[in-house]
Amino acid sequence: MTLDLLPIGQRAVVTAVDWAVLAPDEAQRLQALGLDVGARVALSHRGIMGGRDPLAVTIGRMTVALRRSHARAMTVGEI
Amino acid sequence: MTQQRSAALVGNPNAGKSALFNALTGARQKIANYPGVTVERKAGRLVLPSGEPVALTDLPGSYSLTPTSPDEEVTRKVILGEFPGEPMPQVLVVVLDASNLEQHLVFAQEVIALGRPVVVALNMIDLAERDGLVLDPAALQEALGVPVVATVAVRRRGLDELAAAIAAAEERSPEHHRPHVTMTERRLTAHAIAAAAIVSETAKHRLHSKLDRVLLNPWLGPLILFALLFVMFQAVFSGAAPLVAGLDSGIGWLAIWVKTLLPPSLARDLLTEGIIAGVGSVITFLPQIVILFFFILVLEATGYMARAAFLMDRMMAAVGLSGRSFIPLLSSFACAIPGIMATRSIADPKDRLTTILIAPLMTCSARLPVYAVLIAAFIPQRSLAGGIGLQGLVLFILYLSGIVSAMVIALVLRRTVTKGAASGFIMELPKYQLPTIKDIALGLWQRAVIFLRRAGTIIFMVTVVLWLLLNFPRAAPGEDQVDASIAGHIANGLAVVVKPIGFNRDMALALIPAMAAREVAVSSLATTYAVSAPDDAAVAVKLGDQLKANWSLPTALAFLAWFVFAPQCMSTIAVTRRETNGWKWPAFMLGYLFALAYLFAGLTYWAAVWLGLG
Repeated sequence: MTLDLLPIGQRAVVTAVDWAVLAPDEAQRLQALGLDVGARVALSHRGIMGGRDPLAVTIGRMTVALRRSHARAMTVGEI
Repeated sequence: MTQQRSAALVGNPNAGKSALFNALTGARQKIANYPGVTVERKAGRLVLPSGEPVALTDLPGSYSLTPTSPDEEVTRKVILGEFPGEPMPQVLVVVLDASNLEQHLVFAQEVIALGRPVVVALNMIDLAERDGLVLDPAALQEALGVPVVATVAVRRRGLDELAAAIAAAEERSPEHHRPHVTMTERRLTAHAIAAAAIVSETAKHRLHSKLDRVLLNPWLGPLILFALLFVMFQAVFSGAAPLVAGLDSGIGWLAIWVKTLLPPSLARDLLTEGIIAGVGSVITFLPQIVILFFFILVLEATGYMARAAFLMDRMMAAVGLSGRSFIPLLSSFACAIPGIMATRSIADPKDRLTTILIAPLMTCSARLPVYAVLIAAFIPQRSLAGGIGLQGLVLFILYLSGIVSAMVIALVLRRTVTKGAASGFIMELPKYQLPTIKDIALGLWQRAVIFLRRAGTIIFMVTVVLWLLLNFPRAAPGEDQVDASIAGHIANGLAVVVKPIGFNRDMALALIPAMAAREVAVSSLATTYAVSAPDDAAVAVKLGDQLKANWSLPTALAFLAWFVFAPQCMSTIAVTRRETNGWKWPAFMLGYLFALAYLFAGLTYWAAVWLGLG
């Protein structure tokens, strides 16, 4: 399952990231924010007004906003 | 002579660097809460316990030494001593958010590994405690191998200890014996260090996730944001009204008093018609500008601004931008200059350029006086259904026109001149914080001073020059003074160009000095009508009534439409030149905005005439 499909509030761990599909500087930015293999994440908010973008991901004690296209590159598994 | 000691604050965005910088130096600087607020070099003086001064710099927040935005590049270059004309800071003060250690320690390790003198400030430790997190600074110091001081910038806790640590910071050897450490390895180390430093952790239900559930709700969130913006614009207009009226009559009274005091002369006329009428008419808008900045400062300081960016991302994505552009654009409602500078936190260069080019379409506070005087004169003060004032509604529509045009233009630009891959949106949403009254008051004070300084310098000078141009050469008996003057001749020439869109000569006259600062349009009109007044009684008539007597409604509406787009003040052009490294983009900006201003003023005028409003 990829991060964008995770049910709201369910905790998961990032098991793989397909860095190749992301723009290099965006990949770097995500990594800098801690979104990398091994990160424990949960999806806290998804989209506005019926849309599915953007996403708010909780990682540690931080909340990061990102787009669905980024979350799709991240495979998550059960903790 | 010994070289002055220097230090720099470094850390992730939202570590509280700006607040710590303010507390350490007492320097006047804006504190806010969304990533990327510290876009300018901020320098101040910290006095050590020994009395020795240290030059302290506040560097833009960064996630690593490998830059992903122009902001982070500045930080990297300054830290490594590669920034031209900027001496390398001797001591690096790494600022950490105590409640987000495992994230902030990643960059901290990178900085510490440089082997330079480092002091760590474990900041906002009170908020960590609020979240049920108890930390052991000594354990952290042990693990990092550099001094660690616990601080609470807003309560001035730990500041003396931090200053002492900066004074004692010493040279260490760089970790050159170690192989290259990857980001992943640093992250693992960060986790281990953070785990060791945490004494106890109780999972308190945190305030901010509760607030986010409401404020980021897919349906409620956008409604709250728009309601908030609507309230903001209503408050700017209605809330300030009594204060504006008070200032207005005070200035009118001053002009009359000076007239009775001094014998009739040209110098007296310069004072009353030029300076008091001109500068005074601009100063009356101070209350509105203060209210607008109050809202923007509070939104920034509470952390809501980043949520607004989240909520706006979808809309911005539709025109090829991202939610990140929303923050510079909202700042541009106060002034395009800080707005354009705030675009430095946008990583994508095409995105950034587009945001810069549309920033002037956000109605800045300098346009407010022009809108306000015309709305007050031409739009009846009536209440519509639901207690919404008609005047406030018109003001809201003017702001909205700017926003909608900006979106349409962004869409066009992203498909033509700033074509490129669609940009992403990656942004930290900071913790909610109660803004401190002191910080907000300081911010408002700074804005008010800047506004009054402008009124006292640029606007004063332009008004005086305009008055001179309006009064010389003197009119022959029976001839209108404005027609005879140099300014009148210039305006008559320009009036030919703007006549098709319904502008009269007095408006043409106001357009030229408005290039210096938009609000000068108001003082120019005030001066013009004061000069052409047949007698003293007519001078005392308020500007609004003067306008009502001289302009038709379509003309006034066309003038409002013109100001949605133009003119660009010289400061905006200058900052655009600086931020885009050349004259190409400011010239482009100026050209397209004037063309749109002409077109839309014309359309408004013709439509209003056709509807029979005039």
